[in-house]
Amino acid sequence: MELLQTFFNWGVFVDALPMMLRGLKVTVMLGVVSIVLGLVGGLLLAMLRLYAYAPIRWLSRAFIDVLRSIPLLVLLVLIYYALPFVGIRLSSFAAAVAALSLVSSAYSAEIFRSGIEAIPRGQFEAAASQGMSFFNTMRDVILPQAMRIVMPPMTSNCINVMKDTALASVVAMPDLLKQATQAQALSANPTPLVGAAVMYLLLLLPFVHLVGWIERRNGSGGKKA
Amino acid sequence: MSSVIEIEHMSKFYGAFQALDDINLTVGQGEVVVIIGPSGSGKSTLIRCINMLEQYHQGDIRVGDQRVETGDKLASIRCEVGMVFQNFNLYPHLSVLTNIALAPIRVRGMARRDANKRAHLLLEKVGMAGHAQKYPSQLSGGQQQRVAIARTMAMEPRVILFDEPTSALDPEMVGEVLDVMQNLARSGVTMVVVTHEMGFARKVADRVVFMENGRIIEQNNPHDFFTAPQEPRTHAFLQAVLHH
Repeated sequence: MELLQTFFNWGVFVDALPMMLRGLKVTVMLGVVSIVLGLVGGLLLAMLRLYAYAPIRWLSRAFIDVLRSIPLLVLLVLIYYALPFVGIRLSSFAAAVAALSLVSSAYSAEIFRSGIEAIPRGQFEAAASQGMSFFNTMRDVILPQAMRIVMPPMTSNCINVMKDTALASVVAMPDLLKQATQAQALSANPTPLVGAAVMYLLLLLPFVHLVGWIERRNGSGGKKA
Repeated sequence: MSSVIEIEHMSKFYGAFQALDDINLTVGQGEVVVIIGPSGSGKSTLIRCINMLEQYHQGDIRVGDQRVETGDKLASIRCEVGMVFQNFNLYPHLSVLTNIALAPIRVRGMARRDANKRAHLLLEKVGMAGHAQKYPSQLSGGQQQRVAIARTMAMEPRVILFDEPTSALDPEMVGEVLDVMQNLARSGVTMVVVTHEMGFARKVADRVVFMENGRIIEQNNPHDFFTAPQEPRTHAFLQAVLHH
């Protein structure tokens, strides 16, 4: 009974719920915006990394390598606490989105690149032999095929971004984790933390299954190269 | 006879290795030129230079009155030079119909309805009517190659290059593809065909070109080429492929 009272205290949970739901909303906003920006940025980076003129190619490669090597928390602290010294002052939401989407775009870029490089050369040649432009070749021929290949690793990446939003609590972002820790402090009981864990699970599990379903649906068309 | 393709003193290198050596070849309007020769003789490389899937390093290739070179005009030249590949290279994520209609819509700016209509007509022509909504993986190799031929024809190119179109096929499917190609040849399509199918060369070609070690050794009309080859190397090659 001691255990239930401590970790699964219904009264504490109900009291903390409104606060935590506000936090959940912030977490979802933060995650969705960062994921979308990360995907767009990642695709752009992958294109530069693969097809731009040499100096830009090297730059994007360096950018990707640095962002993949730096811990997200360090980047977040730098953006939020160091940039004001050079006159760039971001809100905690903007700072968190910037850090999350920058790192995510670097990972996404490498995932997109691997997907594009997995497309047989004959696909590029067929499109080229028909006079298709680079843009059309990418949009109609290469990327649709690459997207199917990168679906599993890209899912993991997006789930990671959603989970990493919890780091934003460090820069005073009232996200789910921050609200839960605050509720825990107020009630002197860890139940809100358990509640937060369950909420993260409820948030991400359907996502995992949704993508699995999309993959199966694509696979069942039997469209292999 | 106006020429569609003119190749003059063209050479290509892979590093120090010379893949093509002083190639001179003209293909006239409506002509069917079949290129044969041993593996590694540069046949495929030669036709892949014509639409610049491979870079060439010396000499000139002209399609119509345009020199084939990198730049803004390359895409428009490629519209005039269709290519059928050994491995078909159909777009696996698109239906047969979309495979054929895609480039006319995107490159020629055709309305989707017109492009689809043309695609259906072409499918009929290659004996694939009724397969429009299938995906490439649902088709046999021979069927895929016939769709690939229809896809190439959809751009109404001035010439079609065939890069060993039957080499990746199971033996029982070679015939259906060669039949389609023969019909094309009869309808006056200009064709350059790299192949090992001697029967096709003999029956359909207006001219047979024999290549070895990156050079054109001999070219002649099929009758004289097969019955009275001039060069000893041609003779040896024909001995090897015809009498086994």
